[in-house]
Amino acid sequence: MGNRALGTPHLSGPELFAKEEVSSNARTRPALLIPERSSKWADGTFHAAMWGCAAAVLAIVGLIVYELITKGQLAWHAFGWKFFFTRDWDPVNDQFGALPFVYGTIVSSILALIMSVPLAVGVAIFITEMSPRWLRSGLAFTTELLAAIPSVIYGLWAIFVLVPLLRLYVEPFLARYFGWTGLFEGAPFGIGMLAAGFILAIMIIPIISAITREVMTAVPQQQREAVLALGATRWEMIRVGVLRNARAGIVGGIILGLGRALGETMAVTMVIGNRAEISRSLLAPGHTMASVIANEFSEATGDLYLSSLVQIGLALFLVTIVVNILAQLLVWTVTRGTPARSNA
Amino acid sequence: MPDSGKKAGLAAVSIRRRVVDALATGAAGAAVLLVLLPLVAIFGYLLYKGFGSLNWAFLTQTPKPVGEAGGGMANAIGGSILILGLASIMGVPLGIGAGIYLAEFGRGRFADLIRFTADVLNGVPSIVIGIVGYSIVVLRQKHFSALAGGVALAIMMVPTITRATEEMLLLVPIQVREAAYGLGVPHWRTTISITLRTATSGVITGVMLAFARIAGETAPLLFTAFGNQYWNWNVNQPTAALPLQIFNYAISPFDEWRRQAWAGALILIILIVLAVTAVRIAAGRGMLKGVS
Repeated sequence: MGNRALGTPHLSGPELFAKEEVSSNARTRPALLIPERSSKWADGTFHAAMWGCAAAVLAIVGLIVYELITKGQLAWHAFGWKFFFTRDWDPVNDQFGALPFVYGTIVSSILALIMSVPLAVGVAIFITEMSPRWLRSGLAFTTELLAAIPSVIYGLWAIFVLVPLLRLYVEPFLARYFGWTGLFEGAPFGIGMLAAGFILAIMIIPIISAITREVMTAVPQQQREAVLALGATRWEMIRVGVLRNARAGIVGGIILGLGRALGETMAVTMVIGNRAEISRSLLAPGHTMASVIANEFSEATGDLYLSSLVQIGLALFLVTIVVNILAQLLVWTVTRGTPARSNA
Repeated sequence: MPDSGKKAGLAAVSIRRRVVDALATGAAGAAVLLVLLPLVAIFGYLLYKGFGSLNWAFLTQTPKPVGEAGGGMANAIGGSILILGLASIMGVPLGIGAGIYLAEFGRGRFADLIRFTADVLNGVPSIVIGIVGYSIVVLRQKHFSALAGGVALAIMMVPTITRATEEMLLLVPIQVREAAYGLGVPHWRTTISITLRTATSGVITGVMLAFARIAGETAPLLFTAFGNQYWNWNVNQPTAALPLQIFNYAISPFDEWRRQAWAGALILIILIVLAVTAVRIAAGRGMLKGVS
């Protein structure tokens, strides 16, 4: 830019013609003729406009926090911390305690993690370390396709395919052989906590496996070669050379998956049964923080009722933010230094 | 894989270690198959049930009252287009603008804060965005509306587009910018006509990713757009949307509605895939390669 500021205004005739010829094919020729002042003004305006867009992102998050806090204030004043530790959810008598939802969110997410982590890490290991080259990108694409399916379609599929399967085969089996644990008591409805865990597991597998793949790829090739040179088998190489180095990042991926599971709404709402109760049995219906908002928000009559639901939303917001930040930091400890694309 | 190194040591490898190696390979392969199973099952069911329930009436008629056969989701498809259009009008320019800021001016603490904020926004559960759409639009308008749904979805689009735009603009070599400056092109003009232009296909891919993500979103629409049994093109009125209709029909006890839910799901997936591929093809034509 400095060049133009010095040169343009003082061009004499022949030089001007020479310039004209050089740039006669360029689309940008008219720009040469714009006087200095107007371009400075335009640059300033442009900069300000783009700054405005960036600031708007900040403003949106600020607005979210502000709205959640102000609209949830009523419930906060009425119940305080107790809100999250009492189990009465009684809109008729204006008594609200969110414990059943907190419990449902935690249990369904943990179930999902138990089922998805081994599978997701296995898929990542297979794709990065074992798969023949021609299969690699196809497999990666296919597993990522799972992430593109809308939540409501997962729910639809779960209602008509997964739930009957659970009711007819899986749950009677679990009740018969593992009933003594107390975790699988009661009638097998199909719908319930277990179904929610199942569908969440399917939904978070692509996230966990994508991050795991990313951090495993970030492990330097020399690590693998060094371990192989010591006479390790392929699995020993993966365990010692790759997994151990990528550990923190894999945990980060798992936590990112947890963040997604905590906030997932539609699919869970459709299969969890939506009952505000705490039951030890995983076959019993339950409720999560997200599903109670989805179910009751538009029917909430009464300010305290609505405010209680917003309060649950605020809690969900804060928890997912903390979880996501933690995950980002963990992933970053592994991928830093390599040109990684850590956008989940 | 450097196989030669492994072979040299093979003789010394004990049977136990070889068995463990084979087991691990088998387990990883089994994991892949287990993960592909639901994918195949979902798409298989979607195609089977969806095509079985799809007919002309479904695409052209509004819902019939309970108990009557026939009817369709035409109004929901229209409503989705309206809401997604509103969301794109608001979300795309904002997201690209913020991305340009981060890539072209984004050094220092403020830019880092924006990057962090965008990542935070990306992780906010969609149901929470729904609450915010409700309280900033519905409460002020005093009724549900397509506009509220559009605002909620626009908020969801922004972070994805911002980070994708930034990433793509940073891939444009600095020499391209310097060449433009050398010709005396002002900074703003360089950014719009040279840098952004070079990165167009990448930026559009980012926009489509965001679009595909919000197209199937249901939770933010539950208490913003709310749903409607009739046609509506008024942005200030409650509007049907495809995902909402699928949800309502899926949890209904009527076979006819459940059948239509499958057809709706198939249409939704087709719309998402079409939108993504169409723009990809359009973007790939005549644009500079080697960027994305």
